[in-house]
Amino acid sequence: MAATALLAQDIDWENPQQIGLWTDAWMRFRRNRLAVGSLAFVVLLITLALIAPLLERFGLLQDPTAQDVVSNYLGPGAAHHILGTDDLGRDVLSKVIFGSQVSLSIGILVQAIVLVIGGSIGLAAGYFGGWIDNLLMRFTDIMYAFPDLLFVLIIVAALGPTLLNIFVAIGLVSWVGLARLVRGQVLSIKEKEFVEAARAAGSSPIKIILKHLLPNSLGPVIVTLTFGIPAAIFTEAVLDFLGVGLRPPQPTWGVMVFEGYAAVDAYPYLVIIPCVALSMTMLAFNFIGDGLRDALDPRMRR
Amino acid sequence: MALVRGAPLRGALIPLRKRSGRGWTLGIYVARRLLWMIPVLLFVILITFFLAHIAPGSPWDREGRQLSDATIRNLNSKYGLDQPIWTQFGLYLWNVLHFDFGTSYQHPGQSVNQLILESWPYTVKLGAASFLVIITVGISLGVVAALRQNSFVDYAAVALATVGASVPNFVVGIVLIVLLSNFLYKFTAGNFFLPTGGYPQDLLHMIMPVATLSFLPIAFLARLTRSATLDSLRQDYVRTAWAKGLRERLVVTRHVLKNSLIPVVTIAGPLFAALITGSVIVETVFQVPGIGRSYVQSIEARDYPMILGTTVLYAGLVALLNLVVDVAYVFIDPRVRLE
Repeated sequence: MAATALLAQDIDWENPQQIGLWTDAWMRFRRNRLAVGSLAFVVLLITLALIAPLLERFGLLQDPTAQDVVSNYLGPGAAHHILGTDDLGRDVLSKVIFGSQVSLSIGILVQAIVLVIGGSIGLAAGYFGGWIDNLLMRFTDIMYAFPDLLFVLIIVAALGPTLLNIFVAIGLVSWVGLARLVRGQVLSIKEKEFVEAARAAGSSPIKIILKHLLPNSLGPVIVTLTFGIPAAIFTEAVLDFLGVGLRPPQPTWGVMVFEGYAAVDAYPYLVIIPCVALSMTMLAFNFIGDGLRDALDPRMRR
Repeated sequence: MALVRGAPLRGALIPLRKRSGRGWTLGIYVARRLLWMIPVLLFVILITFFLAHIAPGSPWDREGRQLSDATIRNLNSKYGLDQPIWTQFGLYLWNVLHFDFGTSYQHPGQSVNQLILESWPYTVKLGAASFLVIITVGISLGVVAALRQNSFVDYAAVALATVGASVPNFVVGIVLIVLLSNFLYKFTAGNFFLPTGGYPQDLLHMIMPVATLSFLPIAFLARLTRSATLDSLRQDYVRTAWAKGLRERLVVTRHVLKNSLIPVVTIAGPLFAALITGSVIVETVFQVPGIGRSYVQSIEARDYPMILGTTVLYAGLVALLNLVVDVAYVFIDPRVRLE
């Protein structure tokens, strides 16, 4: 509700100031404490993931693959290993931080693929309509009928379990929802007067799409992409856990669960720590998504 | 053809003979959807077939086993792998049309149909039990939360729904194992699900897999039911029901619940899909000899016939169940019209 974001008496009527969509959205987003806290958490995670190699270089963090069989299975709280060590004496904290690199990059980069595939298919289908729409949407329907996880499993098995392939595989199955959303958005926006005016003024289809349709459907798209991040993180972790994705000694959260799971009875912390990291990251992205939806989705404004 | 013209579907205004028109439209709709499944399944088979075949490694690579070239050639010709890939594909399609999904590579001599039939009961048992749990717990949680809005129950339900939607289900399973396995059972990590434990034992063994499988859908369903119920609580007909002095139980069951359950039916389709993909993970966590675990194993073993058979089964099932849901929707919500 714009009314609560900006009350009539707060507005300086003498010098009316334009409140743009993004300023307005930021003001709404800021009021959602959970979302702001989650954003801070995610920023912290990303920073840690980015500077992890630096930390390692300066000795603040150990090499996540350095083995030390003498001091293996140290529980959390051990000296020099805050979160303990695993079966081969590798530092768990360092594995968690280096593991976040994989999860975060998968989560965020997959959305780039989703945006490109889903966005262009949705835009084309919605804007051109007719047989193009029919063809593209039937294709989307077929993709929708395919159980996601199974498809990812097959693609990764076929292409080989590397980070790039996992990233492509998850991207290839995740775009369907966005394509449908963008198509619906475009269908409703393209009938609006300003688009008609642009067309009357002789704008080319490309220009109309890029200048008018895309910016106006951006809100829901951003929200969908944000919710896509935890989903992609989850899928990658599942692949590792099932033993189909990345393999040890690559430090990822899924691999850590996979490794620790064999001895979960004796050393539960080896599994619980990556699980907590995974859940908290997914939760944070979901909270951000909720906050963005409240801030950006025009349907939420009354 | 009352549906097409947009006439009301129910109520006193419709003459009886129009009912046949509705059935007719529904019939055409179902037939069209069933026909549509053919290209979908064809595409699924095509994609899976070629992906499975470009996968590196052959079904005859095993750890610690080196076959001679002659043996590999014999095996390839026995299973038709030496023929051109299009011939293989055509042959496969022809066999699938006769419900013959071929012979498994990892378990020589056993047909895919037989293997799927063996593991199917475990998956179905878990899935059906979870479905019951999800529907009962999810809906009642959502309704109670909505009826007591802003109470402790409400906050707890909302919190559970939020957390439940973000915690991966293998994490739920593992946490349950860590917390419960030592207290509840004398289980070991390798033996959570004993298929021949007799009836009461089987139920005990099912608690953890079912809880894991239902956690996320319950959270989702509770959230959906809550908002739907809140919405229908504000409707005029509910106010009327209160105004004419109905007891709470009657208002809730006859007026509120009936209408707030409509959106719930919509998620039945995604729910099936979630149970199916969930079974792949949960069966691995709990070592259930079901179809999801056998799927992962056959991917690792490059057992093409098993991969294909299971994928086709899953895709067909999801498509069919979505159709059932859509048809059920027509009967539940009179406002829905088929195109």
